[in-house]
Amino acid sequence: MDEIQMNLLEQVAGLHEVPKGAYNIRSNGQAAGRNTTANIDIVTKQDNPGIDIIIKPGTRNESVHIPVVLSQSGLKDMVYNDFYIGEDSDVTIIAGCGIHNSGEQDSQHDGIHSFYVGKNARVKYVEKHYGEGDGKGSRVMNPTTIVELEEGSYMEMDTVQIKGVDSTKRMTQAKLKADATLVIKEKIMTHGTQRAETNFEVDLDGENSGTHVISRSVAKDNSHQLFLSKVNGNHKCSGHTECDAIIMDHASVSAIPEITANHIDASLIHEAAIGKIAGEQIVKLMTLGLTEAEAEAQIINGFLK
Amino acid sequence: MLELQNVSYEVSEEPDGKKEILKNINLKIEERFVAITGPNGGGKSTLAKVIAGIKKPTSGKIFFDGVDITEMSITERANAGISFAFQQPVRFKGITVKDLIRLSAGANLTTAQACEYLSEVGLCARDYIDREVNASLSGGELKRIEIAMIIARGTKLSIFDEPEAGIDLWSFHNLIRVFENLHEDVKGSILIISHQERILNIADKIVVMAEGQVAQVGSKSEILPELLNKSGSCRFYKGEC
Repeated sequence: MDEIQMNLLEQVAGLHEVPKGAYNIRSNGQAAGRNTTANIDIVTKQDNPGIDIIIKPGTRNESVHIPVVLSQSGLKDMVYNDFYIGEDSDVTIIAGCGIHNSGEQDSQHDGIHSFYVGKNARVKYVEKHYGEGDGKGSRVMNPTTIVELEEGSYMEMDTVQIKGVDSTKRMTQAKLKADATLVIKEKIMTHGTQRAETNFEVDLDGENSGTHVISRSVAKDNSHQLFLSKVNGNHKCSGHTECDAIIMDHASVSAIPEITANHIDASLIHEAAIGKIAGEQIVKLMTLGLTEAEAEAQIINGFLK
Repeated sequence: MLELQNVSYEVSEEPDGKKEILKNINLKIEERFVAITGPNGGGKSTLAKVIAGIKKPTSGKIFFDGVDITEMSITERANAGISFAFQQPVRFKGITVKDLIRLSAGANLTTAQACEYLSEVGLCARDYIDREVNASLSGGELKRIEIAMIIARGTKLSIFDEPEAGIDLWSFHNLIRVFENLHEDVKGSILIISHQERILNIADKIVVMAEGQVAQVGSKSEILPELLNKSGSCRFYKGEC
C-alpha cells in the first residue's frame, strides 16, 4: 500500500501498522491483506464481492478490523459483508471506509453489512467514514447495516462521519428478539454542499427488548441532513430515539421520527432538537479567554465527542 | 484596579423609547472583597456584565489597571485578568467538567490538578471530573463548578454574581473560605454580588445599588446596620427567608 492508502487506513481505523487479531483490508476493490485466528474465520464470498466473518461461539475479547480504502478516482466499489457472531461471544468489530479522490470522477463505496448475533453474545461495532482529496469528483458512501439480534444479545453500533464525505445514505435495519438490546450512536458533521441521510428502522419483536438510538450532528455551510427513525414496538419493550443537531450558516436539518406501539406494554420515546449554538455558551467560553471562533470549535468538538 | 467613570447603559423599550438600566455609575474597586447588594432589578447583574464586556455601556469609560478597556471584547478582558462567574451557569452537551477546568486554567492540566479545584468547592472530584456539563447536573452542582472555574483562572479581578444561590448543602463558611483562599493565591480583588448578610460581612467595601444608581458606598460598619434595619428588607438580608 502507498502513503495515501496508509493515511486513509489511519484515519478510518486508527491503524499505523498491521492490526493484531483478525483483519481484512480491502484496497481499491481488491483484497490487500487478511489474517484469521483460531476463533475468527474470514472467508471470501463466492457469489458476491465481499466476505463472511465467522466468529465461534464463546469467543471473548477478540477484535476484527475490516477497513476499506479507495484512492483510485472513479472507482465504484460495492461489497457484501456478513458477520456470524456465535453465542456467548464478546467481540469488537472495527469497520471503516476512507476515500481519497483527487480526480474528476466520483468515487463510491457501498457496503451492505449483515449481522447475525447469536444468543447472549455482545458485539461492539465501530464504523468511521472519512473522505479527502482535492479533485472535483465527489466521495460517496452508502452503508447499509442489517442486524438480527437473538435472545439476550447486545449490540452497540458507533458510527462517525466527520469529514470529507460528499454524499451519504445510511440505512440501518434491526430486528430484536427477547431481552436483546441495540444501542446506536451516530455522529455526523457535514459542510460545503454535502448531503447526509440516515434512516433507522428497528423492530422490537421480543419481550423486554430495547433500543437506544442517539444521533448527534453538526450541519455547516449549505449542507443538508435528514434523520429518519422508525421504531416499532411489537411486544413489551422499550425504545428511545434521540436526535440532536446543531445548525450553522445556511445549512438545513430535518428530523422525522416515527414510533409505533403495537403492544400495550411498549414504551417508546422520541426526542429531537435542532438549533444553533446557544449564544450564552459562546459568551461563557469567551470569558475564559477564548475567541469566538475558538469557543465555537470547542462547543462543536464537545458535542461530537 | 478597576474604575468606572460615568457608566450608563440604556436599552430601547417599546413604546416610549429608552430605559436606563445603569445611570452614570462612578465606582472604584481596589479592596480585597467588594460586595454589591441592593434590590432585584437595581442593575447589579448588568453592571457585572458591563465590566466583563458582555454588555457595552452606552456611555462612560472603564479602566482596568489604568488601561481603558471600554472598547475591549469579552476575550480581551478575560485575557487582561477579569473572570466572571455567571448567576446562572451555562450547560454544554458533551463538554466535560475537566474540559471546562482545563480551559479556565489555560493549560493542560493533569486529572489530579483539575481535581484540586473541584475539591476546593466541596465536590468529590472523582465523581465529577468526567461528567458532561449537561442537564444531568443540578443547579447547585453547576454553581460550584462555575466557582471552581474562577479559582482555576486565578485572575486579578474575579466577579461572582450571587454565588450563594443553590449551594444549600455546602456551607457559607466554605464559600467564604474559597474567597479567602482565592485572594491569598492571587492577591487580586473579588467583586461579589450578594444578598447574604454573611457574605456582606466579609466585605471591605459594600456598594448598594438601586434603580440603576449607586445609592451608597462604604465600609460594612457604615452600610450593614442601616441595611439590616430597613423595614421589610431585614429578614431578607439576614437570610431568614
